Amino acid sequence: MTTHDTAEIDKHVRTYILVFVGLMALTLVTVAVSYLDLSIAAGVGLALLIAAVKGSLVACFFMHLINERKLILAVLLFTVLFFLAVLLLPVLTQSNAVEI
Amino acid sequence: MGENHETTHSEEHHHQELGFWRTYVFSVDHKVIGIQYAVTGLSFLFFGFCLMLLMRWQLAYPGEPFPLIGKLLGDSRMPGGIMLPEFYNQLGAMHGTIMVFLGVVPLAVGGFGNFVLPLQIGAPDMAFPRLNMASYWSYFLGGVVMFLSFFVPGGAAQSGWTSYPPLSVIAESGQTVWLLGMVFLITSSLLGSVNFIVTVIQLRVEGLTFMRLPFFVWSQFVTAFLLLLAFPPLEAAAFMQLMDRVANTSFFMPAGLVVSGQLVEVSGGGSPLLWQHLFWFLAHPEVYVLILPALGIVAEVIANNTRKPLWGYKSMVYSVLFLAFMSFIVWAHHMFLTGMGTVMSAFFQTTTMIISIPSVVIITALLLSLWGGSIRFNTPMLFALAFLPMFGIGGLTGLPLGLAAADIHLHDTYYVIGHFHYVVAPGTIFALFAGIYYWYPKATGRKMSEFLGKLHFWPSLLFMNGIFLPMFIQGLAGVQRRLFDGGVSYAHAEPVLFLNKVMTHSAWGLAIAQLPFVINFFLSLKRGEKVGSNPWQATTIEWLAPSPPPHGNFANVPVAYRTPYEYSVPGQASDYHPQFEPDRRVAGPPDPGEPEAAPATA
Amino acid sequence: MSEAIPYTVDIRPDTGLNNVKLGMWLFLASEVMLFGALFAGYILLRVGSEDWPAGNSILNVPLATLNTIVLITSSVTMVMSWASLLRKSFDKYRLYMGATVLLVVVFLVIKTIEYSAKFDHHLYPSTSTFLAIYFTLTALHGLHVIGGMAVNAYLWGPGAKMWRSAPEQFTNRVEAAGLFWHFVDLVWIFLFPVLYLL
Repeated sequence: MTTHDTAEIDKHVRTYILVFVGLMALTLVTVAVSYLDLSIAAGVGLALLIAAVKGSLVACFFMHLINERKLILAVLLFTVLFFLAVLLLPVLTQSNAVEI
Repeated sequence: MGENHETTHSEEHHHQELGFWRTYVFSVDHKVIGIQYAVTGLSFLFFGFCLMLLMRWQLAYPGEPFPLIGKLLGDSRMPGGIMLPEFYNQLGAMHGTIMVFLGVVPLAVGGFGNFVLPLQIGAPDMAFPRLNMASYWSYFLGGVVMFLSFFVPGGAAQSGWTSYPPLSVIAESGQTVWLLGMVFLITSSLLGSVNFIVTVIQLRVEGLTFMRLPFFVWSQFVTAFLLLLAFPPLEAAAFMQLMDRVANTSFFMPAGLVVSGQLVEVSGGGSPLLWQHLFWFLAHPEVYVLILPALGIVAEVIANNTRKPLWGYKSMVYSVLFLAFMSFIVWAHHMFLTGMGTVMSAFFQTTTMIISIPSVVIITALLLSLWGGSIRFNTPMLFALAFLPMFGIGGLTGLPLGLAAADIHLHDTYYVIGHFHYVVAPGTIFALFAGIYYWYPKATGRKMSEFLGKLHFWPSLLFMNGIFLPMFIQGLAGVQRRLFDGGVSYAHAEPVLFLNKVMTHSAWGLAIAQLPFVINFFLSLKRGEKVGSNPWQATTIEWLAPSPPPHGNFANVPVAYRTPYEYSVPGQASDYHPQFEPDRRVAGPPDPGEPEAAPATA
Repeated sequence: MSEAIPYTVDIRPDTGLNNVKLGMWLFLASEVMLFGALFAGYILLRVGSEDWPAGNSILNVPLATLNTIVLITSSVTMVMSWASLLRKSFDKYRLYMGATVLLVVVFLVIKTIEYSAKFDHHLYPSTSTFLAIYFTLTALHGLHVIGGMAVNAYLWGPGAKMWRSAPEQFTNRVEAAGLFWHFVDLVWIFLFPVLYLL
């Protein structure tokens, strides 16, 4: 790692604390929402949305993806595409099954 | 040129302190690990070949005792020398597993990749040498586990190399050992692929931009990405199957399954198709893992022996990238008969047809590279030239399998066996032989015998076709694969049954044709013609290092001055202009070229 | 030998990376695919099932919420330990890294309580497909937690000697271990709602 000046690191640390508070709040929100009487679609959608926000916070700030090199972002972009393929194509195939 | 680069390696003195074990067995040197991979891979190829010889005898002479060694294999396998169906199934499953995961891939990626790739990019070693050693030993352990599975009660895995549930879940204990072996092999591949990618991206020497990489490096780089991203789903599936077998879960077990008249005691609710999806998510890219390194080797050998630049280098590179990307979304063409509807089968047919385009581009470029060349017909070149039509047959016979309507007739017949064996056996394995003959002088400092090489090549070519061409005829006639009697009990197989004997005798012929290779391989270690660092007058950077290269590879850090295949450049004194030599025409200090921030794509 | 290999510590100018960081990200990419396939299995099995139980009717949501908080906190202490090294304050590093390891132990203890409660009620992986996927996913995640704990404990204890001989390389190692640890946290952030709340 290149040398960081102290002011910059202090700024980073403040960000970490803010992200931490955000993650805690979202954890409580997602648990609270699960006790509401939402429809299945709304409940699943909301829970996954909150998880996605939390996940992005961790990836962007703790893992510093927000200012990471293009090379790593490119690798991750392809990984995400293939991740979606393995997630969606089997389900699509299943739902398109021939009725017997 | 040496004056320009005074950076010498300081580690020469302390490597001599390493003892025998650290130098030859637990070595972290990429060249030793590459040779370890290659020798182990060749041994497993031979072992897998022997399993096939046993099967072929049974197919040609079903129910007849196996001569000579039949009785030695024991009553649980061959009572009185006559093969039991269960043992035939074990041989089939293990032949596939061993050839793919323990033979071809370790030789092509672990062997050639480890030995040649760092040399071609001018690196002193791989990026993570200790990880490299761990990768080899994990592979080795996986191999030992797979081999020992023949001796557990009930014998080795019997569910085919695809291990489809529910049969694989209710199979004997050999299947559990198979799954454990696969976990070791997958771990090895993952460690290896991370290492390869980092090495290519980070350790290229000055001036070696991405578009100056030899095509072999490209093929290994892309292969590593395929291994990295396609293997983990199979690992997940292997864990789930392990849970199904050991913890009695039902990931792949549907409710109400009846086996031998008895209801299977599981909670149910699982999906056998889930396994097929996850398995083929790996296994289709795995096809390209088998073929891409072979294409890389063939490209090197053809460029060198036609004494011409590769025709369409850039289109080959972009094709290989596109091919790798597409290979992740074609897998369900292996599953047309699983009750898939028309929408999804149309999708997978389309992607399958699209992926054939880049393959054809690459093969066409290699073919056009021959045009107008003054070709040297040495042994590596003969194998590389034979690769082109053999791979062509394998590829073109795959097209009908990718179309759902044709696949209904051809699925699970000998046609499929013929198709993929043409790709892998006279295709990939011929390319690997070309690679062995081509880089043997670099690894040992001696050339292999040309006479024995040709004695190896011509009979091999003949017998390979003698084995696999009849399979298409049998398959079109409707003979199913995995029949332990070769189809004797089916009336529709009767007219093509005589071909079983043709194939079996060809297989024995092929075995005998490998003798010159084995003799050549060992004899040339001592008796081969001694060569210098660049016996083929080649242009890529590995030929700058001494043969065999010392620890650390290069005396001075090389610099890449130009594209990889500058053969027969007009106005040059010799017909080759190596990447590592500065420009001869221009006086003054060499221009190393800008190392660009090149995009790395999967 | 390894010191002869370029860019183990320094950054290669054209890629802007050193080997360790690139290697760790590639490894994480493969981990994404590993968990991705398991999530794919979850979706396929759930879509194909006739009645899928609500997670909170079988599993203990308060305990899992507590575990989520513990794991997120450990991620923060991890990133703080790395920031302390950048500030050259080794004592703070020791403190934060120690806290990380302790929090991991708390996570594992809670996980053990959860598992044994399930076994006491005769709920096993073989009981239903839901429990099968619950045990498989959390066990695989747990293995990652244990692996990460081992690395962190090493970097806290014997591995920390490197701070004196090669501070830059040591900071890189902590950064790479941190990347892995945040990934483990990230997986849990998705596991928690998917298994317990839906």
